[in-house]
Amino acid sequence: MRTTTKLALGTALALGLGATTAMAGTVKIAFIDPLSGPFATTGTNGLAEFKYAADQFVNSKGGVLGGDKFQIVPFDNKISPKESLIQLQVAIDQGIRFIAQGNSSGVANALTDAIKKHNRRNPNDRVLFLNYSAVDPALTNAKCNFWHFRFDANADIKMDALTDVIKANKKLKRTYLIGQDYSFGKAVAAAAVRDISAKIPDMKIVGNELHPIGRVKDFTPYARKIVASGADDVITGNWGSDMVGLGKAVIDAGFKGPIYTYYAAATGITRTFGAAGKNIIRLVQEGNYNPPASKAVDQYVSGFKAKYPNKDITQARIANVIRMLKAAMEKAGTDTDVVKIAYAMEGMQMDNFWGGKLLMRAKDHQMIQDVYITVHTDEGITHPLDNSKYGLRTEKVIKMAGLNSPTTCKMKRP
Amino acid sequence: MDMVLVNLIDGLVTGLLLFMLSSGLTLIFSMMGVLNFAHASFYMLGAYFAYQISTYVGFWPGLFIAPVLVGLIGAMIERYGLRRVHQYGHVPELIFTFGLALLMEEVVQFFWGKNQLPYESPKILDFTLFSIAGNAIPAYKMFIIFAAMGIFLALLYVLTKTRIGLIIQAALRHPRTVEALGHNVPFVFMGVFGVGTGLAGLAGVIAGPELGTFPGMAALLGSIVFVTIVIGGLGSLWGALLASLLIGWITTFAVAYNVAFADILEALGLSRPADLASSAWRDLWTLTMPQIGPILPYLLMIIVLVFRPYGLFGKRDL
Repeated sequence: MRTTTKLALGTALALGLGATTAMAGTVKIAFIDPLSGPFATTGTNGLAEFKYAADQFVNSKGGVLGGDKFQIVPFDNKISPKESLIQLQVAIDQGIRFIAQGNSSGVANALTDAIKKHNRRNPNDRVLFLNYSAVDPALTNAKCNFWHFRFDANADIKMDALTDVIKANKKLKRTYLIGQDYSFGKAVAAAAVRDISAKIPDMKIVGNELHPIGRVKDFTPYARKIVASGADDVITGNWGSDMVGLGKAVIDAGFKGPIYTYYAAATGITRTFGAAGKNIIRLVQEGNYNPPASKAVDQYVSGFKAKYPNKDITQARIANVIRMLKAAMEKAGTDTDVVKIAYAMEGMQMDNFWGGKLLMRAKDHQMIQDVYITVHTDEGITHPLDNSKYGLRTEKVIKMAGLNSPTTCKMKRP
Repeated sequence: MDMVLVNLIDGLVTGLLLFMLSSGLTLIFSMMGVLNFAHASFYMLGAYFAYQISTYVGFWPGLFIAPVLVGLIGAMIERYGLRRVHQYGHVPELIFTFGLALLMEEVVQFFWGKNQLPYESPKILDFTLFSIAGNAIPAYKMFIIFAAMGIFLALLYVLTKTRIGLIIQAALRHPRTVEALGHNVPFVFMGVFGVGTGLAGLAGVIAGPELGTFPGMAALLGSIVFVTIVIGGLGSLWGALLASLLIGWITTFAVAYNVAFADILEALGLSRPADLASSAWRDLWTLTMPQIGPILPYLLMIIVLVFRPYGLFGKRDL
């Protein structure tokens, strides 16, 4: 009796497995990002954006190459590089050929190395790395490889755009740099010092300091120093509660100038800043929808909000990941041969869904796109964030930011 | 000089917030011998309750309702949890409160999510009271100072001038004798635990808008509260106050001035190594005061433990 049950179970399992592998017409994309732990909010929000983009741009439009559908398969990496490599192997073993990841450059660095190695050793089941968010410049410079494509503007490009805007504002004479004491905080500070001293010689950097990450109870003393330094503007790469704590303390201390940030929006931050941050908090980002560039953008954002009432479109680039992948598959005429798809994606140009153009630069696989400086406000906001009245309104657009930015990448192609 | 004044005020605010937490903890510890690891979690609970209440009826009712709710929860936990564990000794008690802290963090995330909440100070206090050299002092900070001072005076009065205080103080030293005199000592314990956690809740209500209301807020303060009561002396209200203020000022002033260790070392007559990158002491030479600010209270604790193991105002050995 028992053997029969086992046999039946085994057969069912085998059939089930067979069915999944044989299910033609599905392009699986592994989404490897934190889905539990302290960064789960960011991860789950990104997952929802990926699923929605796949539905909107591919599955509801008849799929790719005559009907193949995109399927996003989530893998929880708990934001650990080690765990990510395990999940990568699981994904590859499941026959997935497209890996999407974004949160933490530490994870992206581990993944790009692992994928490079895997593709060299296993020429028959190579995979592509769609990096949708990790902004460490090294990924498209010293560590670049043929399989890695970055869809966000990297930290250097963003800082370049930001310093262009600061330079154009003649009222800003003194800048204060503050960040979390770890690799990204240091990278932002270094890029700011480099760009400011190169481009704006009469700008004075009146403060450049790092604070312990996630350990500061009260940012008031830092805020006092910023006010006392006579700074006209503040640049910070802070995120999470360090961002809110710093921003609130600086505003409470009487600071009125712009606070330029990378990540001071959504996941509770916009709602918490509310009226206090109005016209003070600014973001540098790669896409924005206030005002929406087209009717399609408007409908896309509204549709997302209707489907996920407690989430927001926070990473505009995710829509472009899906769109460009689909276009590359169509151009290559295949959705399984990743070498052909990667060649198709290299140097690819297309319209940016959020307005402007897209160019996947061939020499380093860095996406070139418009970079936006946006301001936290409740005026002229079509699509607010965090279910509040506040959102981000476009203030400046830097067309095709970093188009001619240098790279040390020496791409080796198969 | 202006900045010194501003930092004195900021440090006072930080210190007094710390005092509201540590006063309850020190009473609970000295009376029941329970190291309540979950104390900062009651502080977090206070902030979350007050936020929820403020979305319905505004800040002020929350200021009174939330601490009472937290205190009631605390009393219930003492009555039905801690008292049962108590008979098995101190280690099970420790583990119990430790588990409670983890549980509360999960519960809070379950109901309110992982994001920071938009819990704000009341509109009526949302203005700049005065400015010193361009540095605004918000009215809410002054409110914190007065509220904490009021609590200190009220506690001091109750403990030293009333009959309840007399019984509490007696139960602290000689619980058996007090019981023999006909007082319900377990009830006193429950009351002290309830009031102590209620105070922590009140600290949360007041600190939530100032320091942020998010799931990590308890962990951020958890260890520093213990440092405070050890420095101040276990069971001493004055000690808790003094230690809180000391820590508040130390951490504020450490961040406020960019004192580099290189300057101090040079002032001591040491010369900077020519090749800093390969020197074994390069970390020491490049340190600044704001970087080591967060560990200064712990350093102070060690110094106090070495020279006065019973704390600044403590009456007995640890």
